[in-house]
Amino acid sequence: MAAAATETAQFSGQRDTTAARILRALAKTPLQILLAAIGLLWLVPTIGLFITSILPQSSVTSLGWWKIFAHPSLATFSNYSHLFHNAGLTGALKTTAYISVGNTLIVVIVGALAGYAFAWLEFPGRDWLFIGVVGLLVVPLQMALIPMFRLYNTLGIGGTTLSVVLFHAAFGLPFAIFLLRNFFVGIPKDILESARIDGANELWIFLRLILPLGLPAIASVAIFQFLWTWNDLIVSLTFSVTPITVWIFDQLRQFSSSIDVIAPASFISLIVPLAVFFAFQRYFVQGLLAGSVK
Amino acid sequence: MSGANITAEPPARGAPPSPHAERGRYLTGIVFLLPALVLLAVWLFYPTVYTVIRSFFGHSGYLGAWVGIDNYRNLFTTSTLVTAIKNSAIWVGVVPALVTALGLIFAVLTERVRWVVAFKTAVFLPMAISAFATGVTWRIMYQQDPSQGAINALSRSVSDAFSPAGVLPSALPSTTALQTRAGGLVLKTPLHPGGVALLGLTGIAPQAMPSGAKQAVKPAGKPGAIEGAVWRDFKPGGGKPGVLEQGEQGIPGVTVELKNAAGKVVQTTKTDAAGDFEFTSVPAGSYNAGIGARTFAKPFGGYSWLGPKLITPSLIIAYIWIWAGFAMVVIAAGLSAMPREVLEAARTDGATEWQVFRRVTVPLLAPVLSVVFITMVINVLKVFDIVIALAPDSVQANANVIALAMWRTAFSGQPNFGGGSAIAVFLFVLVIPVLALNIRRFRREI
Repeated sequence: MAAAATETAQFSGQRDTTAARILRALAKTPLQILLAAIGLLWLVPTIGLFITSILPQSSVTSLGWWKIFAHPSLATFSNYSHLFHNAGLTGALKTTAYISVGNTLIVVIVGALAGYAFAWLEFPGRDWLFIGVVGLLVVPLQMALIPMFRLYNTLGIGGTTLSVVLFHAAFGLPFAIFLLRNFFVGIPKDILESARIDGANELWIFLRLILPLGLPAIASVAIFQFLWTWNDLIVSLTFSVTPITVWIFDQLRQFSSSIDVIAPASFISLIVPLAVFFAFQRYFVQGLLAGSVK
Repeated sequence: MSGANITAEPPARGAPPSPHAERGRYLTGIVFLLPALVLLAVWLFYPTVYTVIRSFFGHSGYLGAWVGIDNYRNLFTTSTLVTAIKNSAIWVGVVPALVTALGLIFAVLTERVRWVVAFKTAVFLPMAISAFATGVTWRIMYQQDPSQGAINALSRSVSDAFSPAGVLPSALPSTTALQTRAGGLVLKTPLHPGGVALLGLTGIAPQAMPSGAKQAVKPAGKPGAIEGAVWRDFKPGGGKPGVLEQGEQGIPGVTVELKNAAGKVVQTTKTDAAGDFEFTSVPAGSYNAGIGARTFAKPFGGYSWLGPKLITPSLIIAYIWIWAGFAMVVIAAGLSAMPREVLEAARTDGATEWQVFRRVTVPLLAPVLSVVFITMVINVLKVFDIVIALAPDSVQANANVIALAMWRTAFSGQPNFGGGSAIAVFLFVLVIPVLALNIRRFRREI
């Protein structure tokens, strides 16, 4: 009885007058201010990097980037225009694009094929093999740096972009297979069975049914893999390939005197991931939730 | 759909397929799997086996000389590697707990705010930025000079509010008659009423002299009072230390203290434009004159965030900045999947918000929290990019972590593949428990 009474009271309290609504909003104000402060705090470093990137080197070392609000005339895009005339940087950007797009394509195609095989095709030892693949999820890439460095040099492909593309592709596969297999398993069986009875072969089913139906999961995998490899440093550094991260890394020794190169180049390197993130935020979060085990 | 299979209501499952057809189906599976298996075998399986074996061999060569467990023993005896392991232990001890806690707080707080999306985007944004670019970003934030590093600029404004820089931060006594005591200066010779105190200072750059300084004048002495002068005991060409000469300027605005025999400050006064000061109506007794520590207080020079002592905390702050958003998003998803009725029931029963959080929300979220925690443990063990980007070369040895130690051992300076392999295996062994968890969870799913 009492509980019911409270409930009614709460219920009526929820759709009440404007005054009460304003009161409730006011009660939340401290929380709102706190959250706004935290949110801003989280943006400060990125904003700082951007402002630093549009300041001449001399004012960075003498002023501090936040002073630009007092001297807006200092802002200049000459750092950026210099960079885009720097063959080293544009070449590094091309390498980055080649690596991240190339390995993402491989991971998506090879991973989807394998995911489909694990989900819907029958062959002996399937489940054990899948457990093996899941197990490979936690092999740190540090385990492969030394052997692949040797093998690449023996094969004479050390320092080629392809060597890095294949390395990334292989290390992206366990996660991709894990995620895609689990997604494909959820596709209604009837759809596949009826296609098979219609005489469709597995390749047709894969191309015409699995790929379109599995698009959300495939998109998650692709975005994840793309961002991960766009941002990679250690693999390219090891195999002597120069994407943008390694290019910036090479400038780090003279941090203060090269800040007019380092800051804009860093900002350029994070523009693409940010754009991808904003464009595909939903898939990104989905992938994160599905595979927060990696 | 063609009419033929309308009759076959449940697909013909019972009929055993011919051995030929079965082999064909197996073959399809293998063909679909083949590219993945090749990549995994060459790039993951072979290297894992090779690295494990290689870790028992020497520096160079395909295998090198057999060294037994020496490489592993070095892990715990070489100082740079011990530092790396200690630092990684700090990372594992601090980061997963903080990230999970922060994510939980953010997720719970944002549940009731209308502009959640804006907040979540701001906090989640660093996830898209590479750890490497984060390193560069935070290196700008951490610059030691307060006029360059935002964090030290903020620290300076706080510090200046509580203890502003002194008038003469760099001044030194000109003769040994003045002694340093507790950051200030005291004239060694005791004074009596009618005495004169000469406090000569050097080490003051001409442009650092307070404005309005005039030629220093030696006071004559006055009965019942103690007089004196604070002056810049230096003139072009040098001058005699301890002697007040023509061409030497008095220092205005310096706070002078008079201490009694017990060392207690009985009077303070300020010097005038000629550097002169006077303590009036001093009772008979023995006194010491001096300048308080505040006059010499150094201006705030900034904390050395990128120095050897603070580098690991600095790295950890930047790393938490990246990952808090991840924890928040995963935990928020867990929150939104939570049964509302349970929370409402607890509230109806009179539980306070804190009790609901502590007794209902957190226990129900436990599985999600542990996923975040474990994920962070793995991530933290593999930390590499941010250290190499944020820590200047001179302190990388202090900032060392396992993954970085592996890379530096194997690929920089004199390459040591045996040692590098051992560190890689060590890292692998540390993440194996998580492998076990993964497989267990997967088996439950089947």
